[in-house]
Amino acid sequence: MQSKPLALTILDVLSIIVLGISTYLALFFAPTELVMGQVQRVFYFHIGTAWTALMGFILAAVFSVTYLVTKNLKWDRYQVAAIEVSLVFFFLTIVLGSIWARPAWNTWWTWDPRLTTAAVTELIYIAYFMLRQGIDDPERRARFGAVYALIGGLSAPITFFAIRLFRTIHPVVIGGANAEAEGGFSMTADMRVAFFFAIFAFTIIFIDLYWNRIRLGELQDKVEQLKLKVSM
Amino acid sequence: MTGQRPNSQPPKGIFLKAVSAIVWKDLQAEFRSRELFSAMLVFSLLIILIFNFALELDIKTRQSVTSGVLWATFAFAGTLGLNRSMAIEKDRGCMDGLLLAPVDRSAIYFGKVISNLAFMLIVEIIVLPVYSVLYNINLFQPGLLLVILLGSIGYVGVGTLLSAMSVQTRTRDILLPILLFPVVIPVLLSAVKASNGFLEGLDISEFLLPINLLIAYDIIFIAVAFMVFDSVVEE
Repeated sequence: MQSKPLALTILDVLSIIVLGISTYLALFFAPTELVMGQVQRVFYFHIGTAWTALMGFILAAVFSVTYLVTKNLKWDRYQVAAIEVSLVFFFLTIVLGSIWARPAWNTWWTWDPRLTTAAVTELIYIAYFMLRQGIDDPERRARFGAVYALIGGLSAPITFFAIRLFRTIHPVVIGGANAEAEGGFSMTADMRVAFFFAIFAFTIIFIDLYWNRIRLGELQDKVEQLKLKVSM
Repeated sequence: MTGQRPNSQPPKGIFLKAVSAIVWKDLQAEFRSRELFSAMLVFSLLIILIFNFALELDIKTRQSVTSGVLWATFAFAGTLGLNRSMAIEKDRGCMDGLLLAPVDRSAIYFGKVISNLAFMLIVEIIVLPVYSVLYNINLFQPGLLLVILLGSIGYVGVGTLLSAMSVQTRTRDILLPILLFPVVIPVLLSAVKASNGFLEGLDISEFLLPINLLIAYDIIFIAVAFMVFDSVVEE
């Protein structure tokens, strides 16, 4: 039984600390937004989770290619871990966004390009896990998973672009203004501190969870092999 | 012909021959049994019937939802055909035979795509006049037919790849639509939008973007499927 690496334990503790600091910055340090009020504070975590989840999905698409080229099961474990953690983070993004949208847009949900793409992306990666569940042979599971993650990873941005043909009401806070957006605002210096720290914090938390998940995958494989050995 | 590397680099004609052999085989088998075609056709008509009651397709609603109803019908009927066409290969061990053939495996992919596309287009060609008669709307416009062709190519291109995967899983009867629908949303979206443009008689410049998107999607995904099909069928 390999013991948990020290660096991972340190990272575990660090993630709890940065989560605490980020919560403090978002809830108390950052000034209250004038128009939207307290609910705007959701924004910091919303962006933090969205950013890391998207990174995770992009990583997963890259691992699809590396797996299909090298056929090394290591890349498959990396991919599953990335997609699993990102799926949860992205779900959080959607829930947090909904909480914000209720007062800001006066509705929990609207079929805006970003929201629709987010929903479709979640469905793609849920389908990914359903596909994997139906296959017993680990090598085939990895191959099919890689192919599907690649197709899904290509399709999601195209979906976003396709829906963009309709107009959007989602605010673009970072870079570029959208005249039709509702609920946009410009950040003050203190807000920026909270914002960038939230991104930093969630990146750390993501890496920590990701590492733990990869380790779990490796242990699962080992258990599988030991079971085979015992039954033989 | 140098004749020095007879096996490593087969001449190009063989690829096309292999593709057309697979298409021919599928069409002939279908021509004799008519299992797949009749199922798809009856299913499509039933879906239109259901939409008729679900949406109360009176003249006013019809104007705005026709393209949506058509594409929903094609998408559902399409999964039926895709699933069946791969399941036949798997069930009777034909897939192993195909894989043993000394041809490039992407020939199998293109053969299956073309025969699936043929089934889908035949169903669409029958559904369109039926819909036109039932709802007194002219669907035989060259622009609309082009959109239907482009949309079907994208749908079948991805669908053939995914059905080749889904038939090899435990949950194969239910998995295909779950895998396929979220990734073909761009196709359905732009096809509906472009069809709507043609039906409402808008100027082409207003919906050129969805048509371009359809073409781009077709090219990207058929290219990707062509590259990864090997890893889907390899045993």
